[in-house]
Amino acid sequence: MSDTVIPTIPDLAPGVEAEKATSAKARNITLNMGPQHPSTHGVLRLQLELDGETIVKCRPDIGYLHTGIEKEFEVKTYQQAVTLTDRIDYLAPLSNNLCYCLAVEKLLGLEIPPLAQWTRVMLTELTRLNSHLVWLGTHAIDIGAMSVFLYCFREREDILRIFEMYSGQRMMTSYFRIGGLALEPPRGWQQRVRTFIETFPSKVDEYEELLTNNRIWIGRTRGIGYMSIEDMLDLGITGPMLRAAGLQYDARKSQPYSSYEKFDFEIPTKTEGDVYARYQVRIEEMRQSARIVKQALEGMPGGRWTADAPHVVLPDREKMKTQMEALIYHFKIVTEGFRVPAGEVYQTIESPRGEVGYYVVSDGTTHPYRVHVRGPSFGNLQGVPRMVEGTLIADVIASIGSMDFVLGDCDR
Amino acid sequence: MLPENLNENPTATALAAFDGAAVVSGKFDRGELTIEIAPEKIVSVCGFLKYDLGFVRLSTVTGMDWYPAEPRFEVVYHLHSIDRNERVRLKCRLPGKDPEIDSVTEVWRGANWFERETFDLFGVKFRNHPDLRRIMLPDDWEGHPLRKDYSITGDRV
Repeated sequence: MSDTVIPTIPDLAPGVEAEKATSAKARNITLNMGPQHPSTHGVLRLQLELDGETIVKCRPDIGYLHTGIEKEFEVKTYQQAVTLTDRIDYLAPLSNNLCYCLAVEKLLGLEIPPLAQWTRVMLTELTRLNSHLVWLGTHAIDIGAMSVFLYCFREREDILRIFEMYSGQRMMTSYFRIGGLALEPPRGWQQRVRTFIETFPSKVDEYEELLTNNRIWIGRTRGIGYMSIEDMLDLGITGPMLRAAGLQYDARKSQPYSSYEKFDFEIPTKTEGDVYARYQVRIEEMRQSARIVKQALEGMPGGRWTADAPHVVLPDREKMKTQMEALIYHFKIVTEGFRVPAGEVYQTIESPRGEVGYYVVSDGTTHPYRVHVRGPSFGNLQGVPRMVEGTLIADVIASIGSMDFVLGDCDR
Repeated sequence: MLPENLNENPTATALAAFDGAAVVSGKFDRGELTIEIAPEKIVSVCGFLKYDLGFVRLSTVTGMDWYPAEPRFEVVYHLHSIDRNERVRLKCRLPGKDPEIDSVTEVWRGANWFERETFDLFGVKFRNHPDLRRIMLPDDWEGHPLRKDYSITGDRV
């Protein structure tokens, strides 16, 4: 036993030093993070070139979830294509429904009745809450705060139940249709939404209690993942990330759609531009969204939920069975769809993640000639190298988590 | 050459004054301004719009295929000015054989992925692009799916 020489750590040190002294190229290692990595929330692959613990170079690799949705649009009728928009950003299906419907309605020149517009606003704000809750829960779990996830998914369940009540679906809702809503708002929706929205602000307080002054949370997020406004604008980053750096830009205010101009809400901003500021901005956005939902609940106008456009909107079931004209319209719309005047439209809205854009080109037929989707996650993910290069590998998870991307939205 | 109804539009007239030869045509439809640009001038036009007219954001770049018409391809740019609260759409028409255009990555770094996507799905080449590879599809994929002559029902095995 006593003859055996146990190498101590200082004995090993010279060799390590010698290795360090070789060229920088030999020293760097390449680490593949993803595509199957739990904290990339989907299938994002990052190739990280590391010098010790510092990231020298980061190469994002996307496309694992590419499903050719833009091509598929071209063989669907305009109304059928609504179901494709759900599947683009599966955490904010209604935001995508809305943007697509607004674009086609602009091409058609349709006027949407107030009830449908307000219901759209209310449900897209609930979508924003839903998306931010998933983000907060998973982001916190990435950083190590397990319990927040359970709290967030508790409220998310309530929102999904509301969606189910409206559309029959929890996630792939397809509730907004060209010309209004798919179905009449369900009986008893007021009660369900009221119960949820009146308790929701206190739930946000609960999340804040767990995180806002939590030393570990602050330590892991403050000063991490900084990006300047100039860099973000140049790289095409939008949404809460921009607002967390101090740019007060939100499409709901600057180019209001679907009667957002009638609602009273604020655009929260921060100037730090780090992960913690993005967290604060999203928490405040949740409170503002709750305000909008409350206003929609209280001021919901009455009337019809679809536009007065028999050539686009399916007739009532009752009319279809009793009136010849309604039956003919029904037959035409279902079998061949409706024609949309030739032209092109680029509609953008503020989704939970940033700017969603739908570029719809019509050639006058019943199918879109081309639909291009500008997913906010696609634009945002371009900024990953700028954000993480030069920082520590331990912070990558916090940095990319703060972007709140959805790979379905990125790859389409 | 600007059409009559654009003579009052400040963005369109400023662009025509900057480089009259670059502006091929334009239209104002459904509240949206579209200007067709000569493909070889796209970088200088984008630079002017960004630095002089404040279109700091490049919202998206995409392609269009008008098969079998000629010029077959269009590259479409959507620009956004936050200060002026205004958007403009630029278009460049490219021939069906070897469509090529200069990359605008030197104006906006964010054009990088959008141009790669257009290259991947339409096969439009972007000159001076720093990293022109496929982005959505595998590197060994054949064909460009968003072209109109690419079958959706699948004749590939």
